[in-house]
Amino acid sequence: MFAYDVKKNGTDVDVTLTGRLDGAVAPQLHEQMVALQGQDIKNITFHVKDLEYISSAGLRVILFAKQKLGADTRLYLKDVGEGVRSVLEVTGFDNFVEMI
Amino acid sequence: MIRIDEYPTHEHNGIPYRCGRVQPFGASVTSGGGINFSIFSRDATKCELLLYHYGAPEPFAVIPFPEEFRIGHVFSMIVYGLDPEMLEYGYRFDGPFDPAQGYRFDRTKVLLDPYAKLVSGRNRWGKEPDWNDPFQHRGCVIMEDYDWEGDKPLEIPMNDLVIYEAHVRSFTKDVSSGVRYPGTFAGLLDKIPYLKELGVNCVELLPIFEFDEFENSRVIEGRRLYNYWGYSTVNFYAPKAGYAASAPMGLAADELKNTVKQFHKAGIEVMLDVVFNHTAEGNEQGPYISYRGIDNKTYYLLTPEGYYYNFSGCGNTMNCNNSVVRNCILDCLRYWVSDYHIDGFRFDLASILSRDQNGAPMTSPPLLETLAHDAILGKTKLIAEAWDAGGLYQVGSFPAWGRWAEWNGRYRDCLRRFVKSGAEQGPELLWRMQGSPDLYGNRCAEASINFITCHDGFTLRDLVSYNQKHNLANGEENRDGSDNNDSWNCGAEGDTDDREILELRLRQEKNAVALLLLSRGIPMLLSGDEFGNTQFGNNNAYCQDNQISWLDWNLLEKNKDLHDFFKRMIHFRAKHPVLRRSDFFRDKNSSGYPEMSFHGTRPWELDESQPFLSFGVLYAEPKADYGTKEDAFIYCAVNAYWEEARFELPSLPNGMVWREIEYTGKEGRANRAIRDGAVSLMPRSLMLLVGKAET
Repeated sequence: MFAYDVKKNGTDVDVTLTGRLDGAVAPQLHEQMVALQGQDIKNITFHVKDLEYISSAGLRVILFAKQKLGADTRLYLKDVGEGVRSVLEVTGFDNFVEMI
Repeated sequence: MIRIDEYPTHEHNGIPYRCGRVQPFGASVTSGGGINFSIFSRDATKCELLLYHYGAPEPFAVIPFPEEFRIGHVFSMIVYGLDPEMLEYGYRFDGPFDPAQGYRFDRTKVLLDPYAKLVSGRNRWGKEPDWNDPFQHRGCVIMEDYDWEGDKPLEIPMNDLVIYEAHVRSFTKDVSSGVRYPGTFAGLLDKIPYLKELGVNCVELLPIFEFDEFENSRVIEGRRLYNYWGYSTVNFYAPKAGYAASAPMGLAADELKNTVKQFHKAGIEVMLDVVFNHTAEGNEQGPYISYRGIDNKTYYLLTPEGYYYNFSGCGNTMNCNNSVVRNCILDCLRYWVSDYHIDGFRFDLASILSRDQNGAPMTSPPLLETLAHDAILGKTKLIAEAWDAGGLYQVGSFPAWGRWAEWNGRYRDCLRRFVKSGAEQGPELLWRMQGSPDLYGNRCAEASINFITCHDGFTLRDLVSYNQKHNLANGEENRDGSDNNDSWNCGAEGDTDDREILELRLRQEKNAVALLLLSRGIPMLLSGDEFGNTQFGNNNAYCQDNQISWLDWNLLEKNKDLHDFFKRMIHFRAKHPVLRRSDFFRDKNSSGYPEMSFHGTRPWELDESQPFLSFGVLYAEPKADYGTKEDAFIYCAVNAYWEEARFELPSLPNGMVWREIEYTGKEGRANRAIRDGAVSLMPRSLMLLVGKAET
């Protein structure tokens, strides 16, 4: 089960992710990230308190967002749970995001 | 740009597919959102692709390859609408079953793709599999992307390497390691600072290609034994999922790539122990996992009667010089270098790779030549364990084309014997310390991987603590493991409280490793030796997934003295390029002294043809030749005798003085100046001195 919510406040974007972000649902989130390209975004924060699980495809959507939104955009993961944190650490994806 | 060949042309039970691309082999995600499947079989008459939802017992689709999809001996198709993350796949082949002719097709068997980039079935180490599942090891699809952030293989000059051999699980599984993810690739990360401080710059990992820890698994006295070391490959392209903390999420590949990236950031190369000499399918009694059912005659060396040659001692032998298998091996190594940034490979039982399709040794084996000259592998280190289990022993004669280094088993044997007072080894030891020009004179010292210990045999601590092997825990009545260990227990077998014996053991460990690190050639250390790790006398712990194999990091504090000695010697070697020179040069250099010379207890007097137990080795390291900060001389006095020995030191140029740097005996005084031209060494000890300008 997966749900997401994207809110834009000026140059900040808040994305709330809930449930399981896997290959079946990742394309939906990917489309949202593509839609943000080219806009003036200074900060994008993924609120992941209720994200239970993230798969290879899910990680890649987030990394894609970082790459496509540009070096000037700060990407945050907020309230990362233990399971997701472990995945980020062992794969090195934690180097690409800031956890707050 | 849009491709015009990414639309389905066929359908099977609602699944769209089309003719695929023969390259690359394996399963790869296409730009059009399909998955391309491509597989070779020369002798099959029919091939089917089986698709499974992850973990399902039965496939959700079985798609025969139409004849028009075959090019040459390769079957390929692109299938659309699949979720790569939730997919497992395999193949079934039909063809003749005529073992005497080498054909063993069985269309009831579902087979693993040899080019699968990830394999499921053993995601969690040691989790009891479903033995009723006829398709245990299944192919999975990964995104073969990764952000290396500019990383590439380090290309550290070979002669600067200090290799550290480690087993991924043993290295951090014990709770004493204190790492966050014990026994895994990620577990290695937490030990990078330790390794960097130790000073090693290359980690050689025991097999990390997918293998089955349950192969030949058995329970002895309530303890399960496993195929623990992994010298039995199930698949050559997949990292062992059970070594990845993130394997349940399908992220083993990313985890290993991150591990390599972090090692590289710390200036440490990663080398893999690879096992192309046989597969996990065993002999005629073994299971159908992959190759046997795909193309038995191509992949295996077969006798004229159709049985499996067994030059590996493990049931079968890969047909390495067959042109298709050659390409498979080449593809594999290229893949690990380009996609995982691996710096080098050590080839287990490499002499098998020099045998032809009938098992006979060749003087110019095409596989070895191919690997030596390949474009992508051009900077990759290639190391051969230059023997096999079928009688070939090629140390000093491995077909090399100037590229292959060898595990120098003769170095190991000679050093072990000398250190336990084998005087007749003295003359040979001088050759070994030069980098073995008697073996590699037409090449260079970089061909010689010098070592005292490795995974096969005793640890260093056990080498000085046991006369006999103690392998009863392996359940083979102590028949397994080598009986020729050249070990010496220093007076008591195993555990002892005797202080003198313990001191002697420590001295012997230091003596051995000092000689190793002062030798020309490439030193290799066994992980854990630096803090006296023990396997309790087990010299063949291939099946022990417990404290026998797991490094005990509590010993780091207990044996700090030994650890610090290792560290200082490794750093000493790094500081002195004369030790790492690889062209066997020993003549006079700009110092006016021979660059490398040997002495008796009196300088410039040693009969190198007669047995001896005391000798000195002198290196002259002028800054003009080496670009170092200052002129230096290095002298190591070695007393393997059981009595005290007095060494007169070679005279230094005016204005220079000898200073003691290391002494493995009692009451060493680091940096003490020697003004009377002589030093006394206690029995079985070694002193390292450096001659520099008096400051």
